[in-house]
Amino acid sequence: MTVTKGESGREGTDGEGDPRGGGEDAPADGYVPSRRRRERERYKRARARRATAVAALSTLVTGAVLYLVVVGAPGWPRTKETFFDGQYAREALPKVLEGLWLNVRLLLVCGAAVLVLGMLIAVARTLRGPVFFPLRVLAAAYTDFFRGLPLIINLMIVVLGVPALRLQGVTVDPVLLGGTALTLTYSAYVAEVFRAGIESVHPSQRAAARSLGLSNRQALRFVVLPQAVRRQVPPLLNDLVSLQKDTGLVSIGGAIDAVRAADIIVGRSLNYTPYIVAGLVFVALTIPMTRFTDWVTARMDRQRAQGGTT
Amino acid sequence: MHIAPRVLRRALAGATVALLATAVGCAPQPEEKAASAPSGTGADAASGANVCAKGKLATATTGKLTVATDEPAYEPWFKDGKPSNGKGFESAVAYAVAEQLGYDRSAVVWQSVPFNKAFAPGAKTFDFDINQVSISDERKKAVDFSSGYYDVRQAVIALKGTKAAKAKSVADLKGLKLGAQVGTTSLDYIDDVVKPTGQPAVYAKNDQAKSALKNGQVDAIVTDLPTAFYITAAEVTDAEIVGQFENQGGTPEQFGLVLDKGSTLTSCVSAAVDALRADGTLAKIEQQWLSDAVDAPVLK
Repeated sequence: MTVTKGESGREGTDGEGDPRGGGEDAPADGYVPSRRRRERERYKRARARRATAVAALSTLVTGAVLYLVVVGAPGWPRTKETFFDGQYAREALPKVLEGLWLNVRLLLVCGAAVLVLGMLIAVARTLRGPVFFPLRVLAAAYTDFFRGLPLIINLMIVVLGVPALRLQGVTVDPVLLGGTALTLTYSAYVAEVFRAGIESVHPSQRAAARSLGLSNRQALRFVVLPQAVRRQVPPLLNDLVSLQKDTGLVSIGGAIDAVRAADIIVGRSLNYTPYIVAGLVFVALTIPMTRFTDWVTARMDRQRAQGGTT
Repeated sequence: MHIAPRVLRRALAGATVALLATAVGCAPQPEEKAASAPSGTGADAASGANVCAKGKLATATTGKLTVATDEPAYEPWFKDGKPSNGKGFESAVAYAVAEQLGYDRSAVVWQSVPFNKAFAPGAKTFDFDINQVSISDERKKAVDFSSGYYDVRQAVIALKGTKAAKAKSVADLKGLKLGAQVGTTSLDYIDDVVKPTGQPAVYAKNDQAKSALKNGQVDAIVTDLPTAFYITAAEVTDAEIVGQFENQGGTPEQFGLVLDKGSTLTSCVSAAVDALRADGTLAKIEQQWLSDAVDAPVLK
């Protein structure tokens, strides 16, 4: 990407500086690059090749040094069999994946709930008008409280404390209760992300929308929120990845997620390999998510850029 | 102008590589020396008459015996959460072993080490860990165990008057929601002996299993018998012991002291435990701290 951009940029300046004239405005079919230009490009290619070679060599040396440091460490054989034992990896993988299914389901359900609830709270906090004062205060109190309360304590209270009340009709299922606790905490985080996004849209946008005859609600719905949401994608992804990892904390109530499944094998064998397997499985889940959001962000940026030029 | 930074950069890269190379060359050396020193003295002692010379073992801290256990320390294994008070079964066993090894009470230092960390590779800061760890062949691949100091049975606890409390056999437990602490043989008993129809609930600590039992999130929990006795007698008094499991495959499950893999102390500590068993000290300690936990119906 950057290379082509740079080249095309150079092409423009080069054309302008070309003593033989023509330049940008000349028709593309009759264009023959000048000798100086071809030379310059040859030189640039040579430099690029050299840079690649140096980078490759440097990477190789660094890799080799790191490898030697780790493998040459006196405790390496012990570490290897404790953390990287193929037999335990094979034993752990199916159980970890089974547990991961719980994490994924929690992520999907809680993620959706968090986005909806977070958006509602953020909008409630940014509402104008004296009528909404109590709503604003409640929303602020909610974010302050659940953002400050450590998640693990929130989980303890909800997963272990709520069933202790012995309320009729309230579930004792640790997964449902754990999901509720996760949603409470994460919607507070996400509400702040949404609020920051909403407030980052310049007031002139709202003013312009109002002057066009849109109501306050319409201005929020059609002008402010679409702009806000675009800016929020990276921080929202951050919170979702974080949520994905924290879904495992519902194991506090006895549910078996990927990490707890690894825990069980570790406890029996005193070998840490299952933890490595569980860790890698989470990483493998996060990477496609990140790439997907990158793609979404890039697409939105392109659309916005197009909108800007026309 | 152009050449100067390039030269500088090259020099820097070269220096970095050289530095890393020396780091590789040097780094392991001090550690190796440190690691070989105690084993060297151990070998010297071995060439002498007595490896387990009283009070002169190659311990982590010379002249002291460092004993580790998890925190919080639970009754009836420890009393008042203070391993150093000599009260509770495991505290008493630790001091008896120390005495047998030639370390008096003042030479015993307690250390708080979480269960998970006790078996991590790397130099150990303790000499042995006492934390109700069951001996198994699989675990022996990761750590050394002393001889067993206690024959343990697993027991089932349920709230009084519930369906689970009326179970008479292992088969009666199959349909129940069972819970246990992670990393325990209690959990293995659920998986291997009961084979319940539903997935068991697995908790990080027995404390959470207890509260789940109280809240009705599980029908019954499995712990070792002395712990089960303590829970029903003092902590969840509306619960009762449903019964105990028979030992699997004839070999009794035993708790052992955990030592670093390949520790020079293992044979000495094992000999000490064997001596305590032979002279009846272990039985006496058991009588003193675990005597209540003797009778519970056996689940066939």
